[in-house]
Amino acid sequence: MPIINVTTRDGHSRAIEGKPGRSLMENLRAGGIEEILALCGGCCSCATCHVYVDEAWSAALPPMSEDEDDLLSTSGAREGNSRLSCQIPFGPALDGIEVTVAPED
Amino acid sequence: MRGRRNRQRDHHRGAELTRFDVLVVGTGHAGVAAAIHLRQAGFAGSIALLGEETELPYERPPLSKDYLLGTRGREEFRFRTADFWADKGVALVPGERVERIDPQARTVACASGREIGYSELVWTAGGRARRLGNAHVIRTLDDVDRLKEALTDARSVLVIGGGWIGLEAAAALTKLGKRVTLAEREPRLLARCSGHALSDFLADRHVREGVDVRLGVADIDSSAFDLVVAGIGIEPEGGPLLDAGAEGGNGVLVDELGRTTLPHIWAAGDVALHRNPFGPDRPIRIESVQHATDQAACVARAIVGAPAPYAAMPWFWSNQYDLKLQTVGLSHDHDEELVRGDPASGRFSILYRRKGKVIALDCVNMVRDYVQGRALIERGSEVEASLLTDAERPLKSLLE
Repeated sequence: MPIINVTTRDGHSRAIEGKPGRSLMENLRAGGIEEILALCGGCCSCATCHVYVDEAWSAALPPMSEDEDDLLSTSGAREGNSRLSCQIPFGPALDGIEVTVAPED
Repeated sequence: MRGRRNRQRDHHRGAELTRFDVLVVGTGHAGVAAAIHLRQAGFAGSIALLGEETELPYERPPLSKDYLLGTRGREEFRFRTADFWADKGVALVPGERVERIDPQARTVACASGREIGYSELVWTAGGRARRLGNAHVIRTLDDVDRLKEALTDARSVLVIGGGWIGLEAAAALTKLGKRVTLAEREPRLLARCSGHALSDFLADRHVREGVDVRLGVADIDSSAFDLVVAGIGIEPEGGPLLDAGAEGGNGVLVDELGRTTLPHIWAAGDVALHRNPFGPDRPIRIESVQHATDQAACVARAIVGAPAPYAAMPWFWSNQYDLKLQTVGLSHDHDEELVRGDPASGRFSILYRRKGKVIALDCVNMVRDYVQGRALIERGSEVEASLLTDAERPLKSLLE
């Protein structure tokens, strides 16, 4: 199974197994990362699955939609590598991806 | 006889009573959030999550959308895995319904006869779908499983109720190829929670998708349809608390920290009658994921000794067809409704004002307005109507 490397808010790193075909958010949540609230369930209506994706992986990610961009702009913690994890489908191409859970707003 | 029965009960209690530091009753969004936030806030005591259903806790919004449509399976919208709950030391107590509460002894009695003790009780039992004869309802996984099974032989479906659940059901059923009739008692859709512009827009859209929308219908002959779905709201599940003496009525009254009027008993979510800082000057209930989650988090913080009044900005979403509907703020008691953009384009927003201040927005496929409108509500700034309705001008630019 492909792996997702997650750094939680307290700085701990964990490797979780990712299920292809589900979003990064769904995998993080299923992997027990409780900081990923994902209140809207993945329909891009909140910004509670905000993560930073390690720059090395940015080329492998789908482009950001206008909606995702707008929602991310509500976060005071937005950085250049911010993404909403519900908008990133996970698959073998992202095996080994490194993400950090963004601070709570 | 009486004395003997009591002795037996006491004996039973002595032998069987399990006690938890925090007993959460209800496994919906609020219950799950209470348990998770307690652990996140460093709570080390025992926690139990008790609910009537035997399913692992799951999200509700997909029930009337992806799950009804069949695009997501039942395993895909669990909040967490069984391992997660074990890991966090949260005991799941499925298949139990609390019938009585003894606030002095700090125990609850379940329908099964089981008694459970608590130090703090967090009541997040939500509500029960209001029934209408044999009509199907959409509240739990079981409800939707039954509905899906019945749908296989149904061609025509009557949806009763033009609120959010009724509209989402009508959209999903239409997509499934059913001939849908939607009947609403009020003269417009979403009469209780939205303004006229959104009602009209949605009625028009559902008609264009093939739904037979009938407004102002007091009575309808359901025998003409293969299947009936009722989306006519919920009855809040506050009975045992009210019986135990808690203040309330249509729900259970809580203060700004989520405390009921009974000692060591808290409530959050659909059932909680509260004064919302963004709402009118009277206690209200809010049925939304945001409210359930944020109010439960507020209760959790208060329990761990870091109390902060509930002050989260309300927000809500719905998906129907290709429409992304997003609401921010609460439009109760608005005295003005401003349309921003052209509804005919399928992308527009409605701003609600009370005494000149923006109090809520309904946004249709307009995430930008939804995002930027929040600040307008927070600041309570008074902006000229002509500026607010100028869709070319970003709402952000109107902040003083």
